[in-house]
Amino acid sequence: MASVSFEQLKRSDSVSGPPSSGDYTLDRGFRAVAWASAALILVLVAYIVLEIGGKAMPAISQYGLGFLTTTEWNVQAERFGILPQIWGTLYSSLLALLLGGLFGIAIAIFLTQDFLPPRLAAVFRTIIELLAAIPSVVFGLWGIYVLIPLLRPVANWLHDVAGGIPFFSTSLSGPGLAPAALVLAIMILPTVASISVDALRQIPYKVKEAAYGMGTTRWEAILKVMLPTAASGILAALVLGFGRALGETMALAMLIGNSNQISLSLFAPANTLAALLASSFPEAGQVEIRALMYAALALLAITLIVNAVGLAVMKFATRKFEAER
Amino acid sequence: MSAPDLAVESNLRALSQQADRRRPSLQRAPLEGRALRSGILTGLTWIAALLAAVPLFSVIYMLFVEGGSRLSWETLTALPPSAFDLGGGFGNAIVGTVVMVGIATLISVPLGILAAVYLAILEPDSRLADTVRFLAKVLTGFPSILAGVFVYAVMVVTMKTYSALAGGVALAVLMLPTVVLAAEQAMAMVPKKMKDAAYGMGCTRTQVILKVVLPTGASGILTGVMLAIAGAAGNSAPLLFTALFSDYYLSSLTEPTASLAILIFNFSGMPYDNQIQLAWAASLVLVLIVLAFNILARLIGRQKY
Amino acid sequence: MHANPKMTAAGASTAPAPVGNGVVMDCQLQKVFYGDFLAVRDSSLPLEKNKITGFIGPSGCGKSTVLRSLNRMNDLIPAFRFEGKVTYHGQDIYDKKVDPVVVRRYIGMVFQQPNPFAMSIYDNVAFGLRLNGFKGNLDERVEKALQGAACWNEVKDKLKNSGLSLSGGQQQRLCIARAIATEPDVLLMDEPCSALDPIATRRVEELMVELKENYTIALVTHNMQQAMRVADTTAFFGVDISQGSRTGYLVEMGPTKKVFEEPEQQLTREYVRGEFS
Repeated sequence: MASVSFEQLKRSDSVSGPPSSGDYTLDRGFRAVAWASAALILVLVAYIVLEIGGKAMPAISQYGLGFLTTTEWNVQAERFGILPQIWGTLYSSLLALLLGGLFGIAIAIFLTQDFLPPRLAAVFRTIIELLAAIPSVVFGLWGIYVLIPLLRPVANWLHDVAGGIPFFSTSLSGPGLAPAALVLAIMILPTVASISVDALRQIPYKVKEAAYGMGTTRWEAILKVMLPTAASGILAALVLGFGRALGETMALAMLIGNSNQISLSLFAPANTLAALLASSFPEAGQVEIRALMYAALALLAITLIVNAVGLAVMKFATRKFEAER
Repeated sequence: MSAPDLAVESNLRALSQQADRRRPSLQRAPLEGRALRSGILTGLTWIAALLAAVPLFSVIYMLFVEGGSRLSWETLTALPPSAFDLGGGFGNAIVGTVVMVGIATLISVPLGILAAVYLAILEPDSRLADTVRFLAKVLTGFPSILAGVFVYAVMVVTMKTYSALAGGVALAVLMLPTVVLAAEQAMAMVPKKMKDAAYGMGCTRTQVILKVVLPTGASGILTGVMLAIAGAAGNSAPLLFTALFSDYYLSSLTEPTASLAILIFNFSGMPYDNQIQLAWAASLVLVLIVLAFNILARLIGRQKY
Repeated sequence: MHANPKMTAAGASTAPAPVGNGVVMDCQLQKVFYGDFLAVRDSSLPLEKNKITGFIGPSGCGKSTVLRSLNRMNDLIPAFRFEGKVTYHGQDIYDKKVDPVVVRRYIGMVFQQPNPFAMSIYDNVAFGLRLNGFKGNLDERVEKALQGAACWNEVKDKLKNSGLSLSGGQQQRLCIARAIATEPDVLLMDEPCSALDPIATRRVEELMVELKENYTIALVTHNMQQAMRVADTTAFFGVDISQGSRTGYLVEMGPTKKVFEEPEQQLTREYVRGEFS
């Protein structure tokens, strides 16, 4: 590189000198390796999609789109359909989103709108973050031995009293949609809360000042100014929380009952795509594996789309403030 | 009081009444509509926040009561019991978890940091960087079970065996995006003036990165690594059909391997008290490991330069 | 302040008043662009050995841009484009064969904001020495550089402390020590006092005057008094807004006394008298 030399100009005491050839080699090598590592992530994602898609190909050509709309999972008869699992995935995730979203946003408001002195807010934030650190299987175990026994009398009372309502049309005998969705709600709550906290924190202080300056009460400021201003960030939080819920596996495999039926009842056992994979894959034979790969592809497609939408919304939300500044 | 005095008096009173009408009351009126609504909402928010903390404390309580009572040297070292046996433990699962998380760390941390170098320093605005950043974010929301499906297809099928290696790779796929994004953020936070100083001294780009950016951003990068490890240690879905399970201590990286998370999953559904107690004890150990890395991440992250 | 007067390079301690003995760097700048924006045009600046050349002018006149072109720091900005020549001892540093990394090793820089690395005081000063593969006595060179930058007495007992633990003025002198540790030929200083209080400013100014015994210095300053106090030669930059955008150019350059007391250009006269800013 440096064919022009400054060497002869050097003052007697100067230690200045061009980088050694080793330095140059290291520089080129290091940058090449860094580039390759970044490119590898791209390759990895492509490989994942192609691999799962490729392995699903035989099942796709064999069962076609009917796979997505039929309800039977019969290994002996080689008849496979995942409509109940798709239904269970969406239903449980929506219920979890309803509950986890509501609580998550409430907590985000609680943490950012001066309800607590800063130190206490930090402690509470840590508690919520620790909730995110509890492994899925542990929540599953807790669900089996704490939540279900707790829920059963309430659920069965509701069934007795209001069994005519489709949501309560069955009793809760053990695992079922309600405990699964509750645990799922607990698991996505930290995601929703922390992204919403970021969205609310992003609002410039002057906006809050302006609201209080107009003589609003705290809640008028929150409901009429802060939440609408942070709306797209909170929407992103909800979408990403929903994405989390769709792919959550272990707790659901332990709590949902793994029953391939479609029911509106909150207390009926159900199944999800991820739980189907978790419970069937380890013991599956050749034929079933192919069908499971198709199911995996469906799960991949659903979660990738939901997550991409969430990220796009989030990008839009951040850009809005960058433009303002 | 004489008549004129009275007249003056009543005049004054009229005046002051007028003034009262113009001067609004500034006193608190907690039962008035706006304030009442505000109060109710505040109460509901408090209830929501406290309710959200209940599961955490309930889980912790159960872990210590159910799991703590069973924790002993035997449970930490012995092999899992078979169905009707009493006693036993999950030493092999602890070892398996540590080994597989170790493999995942060895793969994902160097790769992740190098990719982050590219994203944060070398070509932050390039097309590749934009794409990779987006994909890394998508991957953080990637269902962990699919990492298992993927590794099953590319490793278990070709090696014809479940293995610790496959389990480690599956966990690495999950750790990678966390490490990349955390390391990128930590490096981007190194003040530009420090990078300028290094360039001004005649550093090559690699020297700027190795001598200034990485040491300065080290605590942030390490925080991300610790969080990624905590996440991987608690994750079980990708191990289900990559590492499977084993009732013995592992003797090679290419054989089925036990892990705490899978042990909990397997034992949770068994109708034997002994196994269920062990599942709680294993949960306690697993949560302690995960929490240890979480707390470590917090402590490291707190050091600011 | 008054650090050890017999500081740096061998045999350089002649008379305190520097004698103009040759041009070390000669900047023949024609055009500097950021993307489509013409930032600076037509400026010719010779830097004489062992003199301080001060760059003054209103904000936006491109004086910092010119300074940062002298060690190719601007190359880090992707849209930057330089037309012209900067000769350093007769060689054009913008020659295609020249590696900007090498240029920066011979031409040191002190920045507007004190920017020590997040490492110990000692490691900050030793940074350039290690970078250049210095094999001699590191301790000795670090001490010499710190003495040269007039902060040895303040930091000698806490060399292991972080460079960031120092006050702003001390940090800036640490950065000067870091820049002179490798004994580069030329020192570029980009408003080195703008983030400092008046007392710290005075110490750095005194330091600059001491340093010119051994170094050729180019100094950007927004403070005319500072230029009058320390610069031997002053270059005044103006802003040309006739083309619809703001383009800086060199209006006048000469001995400081002359530029301030009897400038040749009307624009310079107005500026140094404070008639516009």
